[in-house]
Amino acid sequence: MKRLLAYLRPFIPRMSLGFLVKVVGTVVELAIPWILSYIIDDLIPLGEMRPVVFWGMLMILCSLIAWGGNITANRMASAVARDFTRSIRHDLFTRISYLSERQVDNFTIPSLISRVTSDTYVLHQTVGMMQRLGVRAPILLVGGIIVTLTLDPVLTLIMVATLPIVGAITFVVSRKGAKLFKIVQAASDSMLRVVRENAVGVRVIKALSKSSYERGRFKKVNDDLTEKERTAENTMALINPVMSLLLNLGIVAVIVAGAYRVQFGLTKVGKIIAFMNLFTIVLNALMAINRMFTMLSRAAASSARVLEVLDTPDELWEAEPKFSFIPENVPHIEFKNVTFRYSYGSFEVRGLNFRLERGQTLGIIGATGAGKSTVIRALMRYYDVAEGQILIDGVDIRDYATSDLRKKFGVVFQNDTLFKDTIRENIRLGRDISEEDITEAARRAQALGFIEEQGGLDAPVAIKGANLSGGQKQRLLVSRALAGNPEILILDDSSSALDYKTDSKLREEIRLHFGDTTKIIIAQRISSLMHADIILVMDNGRVIGMGRHDELMESCELYREIGESQIGTESGATA
Amino acid sequence: MSERVRMKKAAILGRLMPYLMRHKGLMALAVALTVGGNLFGLAGPYFSGLAIDSIELFDDAGKVDFSGVWKNAAIMAVLYILSGILSYMLTRLMVVISRKVVSQMRSDVFNKLTELPVGYFDRNQTGDILSRISYDIDTINTSLSHDFVQIAASAVTVFGSLLMMIKISPILVLVFAITVPLSIILTVKITSFTRPLFRKRSAKLGELNGFVEEMISGQKTLRAYSQEENTGKKFDVQNDETVEAYYRAEYYGSMTGPSVNFVNNLSLSLVSFFGAVLYLKNMISIGNISTFVLYSRKFSGPINEIANIFGELQSAFSAAERVFRLLDEEPEPADSPDAYDLSGAEGEVELKDVHFGYFADREIIHGLSLKVPKGALIAIVGPTGAGKTTIVNLLMRFYDVNSGEITLDGHPIKNLTRKSLRLNYSMVLQDTWLFNGTVYENIAYGSESATKEDVERVCRACGIHDYIMTLPGGYDSVLDDDGSNISKGQKQLMTIARAMLLPSSLLILDEATSNVDTRTEMQIQRAMRALMSDKTCFVIAHRLSTVRNADMILVVRDGDIVERGTHDSLMAENSFYKQLYDAQFA
Repeated sequence: MKRLLAYLRPFIPRMSLGFLVKVVGTVVELAIPWILSYIIDDLIPLGEMRPVVFWGMLMILCSLIAWGGNITANRMASAVARDFTRSIRHDLFTRISYLSERQVDNFTIPSLISRVTSDTYVLHQTVGMMQRLGVRAPILLVGGIIVTLTLDPVLTLIMVATLPIVGAITFVVSRKGAKLFKIVQAASDSMLRVVRENAVGVRVIKALSKSSYERGRFKKVNDDLTEKERTAENTMALINPVMSLLLNLGIVAVIVAGAYRVQFGLTKVGKIIAFMNLFTIVLNALMAINRMFTMLSRAAASSARVLEVLDTPDELWEAEPKFSFIPENVPHIEFKNVTFRYSYGSFEVRGLNFRLERGQTLGIIGATGAGKSTVIRALMRYYDVAEGQILIDGVDIRDYATSDLRKKFGVVFQNDTLFKDTIRENIRLGRDISEEDITEAARRAQALGFIEEQGGLDAPVAIKGANLSGGQKQRLLVSRALAGNPEILILDDSSSALDYKTDSKLREEIRLHFGDTTKIIIAQRISSLMHADIILVMDNGRVIGMGRHDELMESCELYREIGESQIGTESGATA
Repeated sequence: MSERVRMKKAAILGRLMPYLMRHKGLMALAVALTVGGNLFGLAGPYFSGLAIDSIELFDDAGKVDFSGVWKNAAIMAVLYILSGILSYMLTRLMVVISRKVVSQMRSDVFNKLTELPVGYFDRNQTGDILSRISYDIDTINTSLSHDFVQIAASAVTVFGSLLMMIKISPILVLVFAITVPLSIILTVKITSFTRPLFRKRSAKLGELNGFVEEMISGQKTLRAYSQEENTGKKFDVQNDETVEAYYRAEYYGSMTGPSVNFVNNLSLSLVSFFGAVLYLKNMISIGNISTFVLYSRKFSGPINEIANIFGELQSAFSAAERVFRLLDEEPEPADSPDAYDLSGAEGEVELKDVHFGYFADREIIHGLSLKVPKGALIAIVGPTGAGKTTIVNLLMRFYDVNSGEITLDGHPIKNLTRKSLRLNYSMVLQDTWLFNGTVYENIAYGSESATKEDVERVCRACGIHDYIMTLPGGYDSVLDDDGSNISKGQKQLMTIARAMLLPSSLLILDEATSNVDTRTEMQIQRAMRALMSDKTCFVIAHRLSTVRNADMILVVRDGDIVERGTHDSLMAENSFYKQLYDAQFA
């Protein structure tokens, strides 16, 4: 919570001004009933019209000032809440952008989304409300107590004696509440996860007619969430009644004690009556303060969730380049004894060794889960290697600034993402790339044909590319990778939905125009990588064969098996 | 979508009411508790008055009547305790009601989602849908149930104090004939002005949700192209728009409270002024003016409250509108009334002159006719975007044909219930889908009766059993969101295992094998051959080795079937198929 208050610091001058306006509005508003009683008790009995008109006008003036003051203060409060929310959301989103994949996996995507939106929204409301109620209630509370003190300090102390108990209860309950609301948020994440899965998997669910099962699944998370919300709210429900009960009992005590004081001539009856009236004001103020506490416990849960993200340590920090010169006569990419491990499960990739000269092509083939994509992740430094070294131009990749490192790559991942934007922007992706280069990249990626059919580069791409077929998506993604004229081109299973004809044209284009680019191609089809300079055959995290196509056909049993099944022994002569 | 006619406030309210009225008894109890609590609250001061009277005896008799003080103080204490209990009960009750309402709304929205056609999810951002079921419903709840009880309970007070005021001075009540309409007009004006602003506020939050969802999901890609900063900038634009929308709504929305307050203060001034005039004309006593003012406070207090509530309701209304919009979405058209179940179909499929397009003006299948005998293996091949997936959408009725007819075992599929039609197919889609559950649950999904042994059997057949056993919990391991802790190929194998478990007579493989390596695929094919032996199969695959065994190969180009035949017959002529095939080894 304290950390988040730092976000409010820049607004202190504005908030103070707003508070001031609010104070004026509140005080003026309190003057109105005072004037009213003055008119009725003192002026009307005089039977003169003039002072009544004067004080009546003053009352209207006060009303006007209160009106203007309160509106202005509310607006200023909203403005502060707006700016606060903007800056906290900005930081949160920026932080998320730099989280490592592992960290994103840990948080889960729906949870991150709700932290950026719902949780910050709770904070927004809290900041707004604290400013609106935060002035009025304390003024009334403190003002009320001061006035009662001037009336009869001893009786006031009796009433005030209940306040520490009230305070303690409020504190304990709202602390417990904050914990419960954190649990509520987690349950809410689970509920949202089911909804998200249903949105994403609608075809499968419909095909299997599992709608009623899904309803059952949703019912479970919904019931669970409802239960947790109820528990949290029930806990908070205790505060208000207990508080007013305590204060009311306090006032009973005041009456009894007052009676004795009157008996001994220490106070007057009129003072006790005035006491009762002021007491209502104090009680209302306390109720408002309590509402703020309830809100704060909610906000505490949300701010903890926001902070959890903001405080996540950097796993892959943006380092300053740590090398002074680039050695000559070194391979472009070199893996030296690389071992790589995910945090979960026992899977790892062990003892990876290879060298790749500039312009060469590396093909990686192997069974599902053999560790092919892992090689890419390690090379692009999404995760750091556990042992060994990866060198680009003879420099350890950990010594590059991350952004400099990434600039070298053009990449298409497995199941890569298209964004809801134009085709052009999906290819360009924020980089400084000329119109010509975009068109050229699309042509080489065999995408120009369908782009024109869709209506040119300005045609929209729907969410996740839903308006394109699988093959069209892949070609668009390849265009994106090619458009930057990358030093290293990575295609991870990026032509699986392409027919062979398109696939072979694409390979031809890459061979012709990207001679200086070092290429890494991961594929299931041998035809996609049989011309590579080096082919790695991977199985269960290890390289079990390395070499050119013909060599591997001779020496690597697994490769030969794959090759024969795909090319077919009887028609293998077509090449 | 925003172009559609806006909902009337009354219409929204009319639809919100049933949610509350479902708990009529509880709501009535809540109103009763509120009124009761108020009465106890009011009785407290009465007895405190009596207690003070007992003290006041001092002045006359020179002695405080302590027995009277203690008695009345005891009564007060009891009343306050009772009132505390009542108000605690009320709060608990309101929690019960509001949780029931929210839970009900969430289920309604979710159940609606399960009825919506596939197209809805193709068109709408998941983040926006999530925003409706969480943020919007919460917003409705914040005000709805609580405010309703407030209004209902304060109606009693308003009515009572109005009666008392008329009794004291009908002329002075005329002041309210001016100020009450004034505050109503003010409230109505302000709210009608702010409503679009609140609507925009909700919409913007939904958009932000959608944007964040998209960006976080595509983070790996954005990072590969060092787009963290650019994305951040785009987010800032979206974020600015969102908080600005909040601000604009609150800027005008927060006027309601102070404005109504102002009108009330104005009426107080007027009462004191006209009261003085009446006093001068001997038409009213000082004491009556004082009482009148007390009652007028009681009268305008709730009105004030209601005006504030109306301000708050603005955001509830816009949130409700978004929720109801979703609930009003056209569901998947109902099965025709005389639709019947067809279970255990033999598996004979026929397409007769089928025309179809996703948009009315863009037909992509022009008159497709095809007869598929029971147990046949149909391979559909062709360049990307030629319309192969579309055929699957039509066979399973995710979309309906524009004209023409598809039959299953001679029954036109539009006469069958969708559920029974779809259950005759098992399918493996290009996009694998696994949910947050155990491996076992994911594979047995769709076959309730499957035993652990059945699941293990298909997993062995798919060659994924060994992998599953290496997971920490074996078949009970829980898969993350999107199954992100296992590789794509393993996911694919699991969805294949899922399909193998289904007792259907038709099978659809939509490019299903293209993501699985050949070695695994060979295992799968072996298992599949056994499984497929008595099934009618539609296989969409680019791997020509897969389709070489097909009974019939359909070569699709621009939505039309341009060639059909077996591998050998097609290779014998100089066909488009032959071109595709030869390109494989270019």
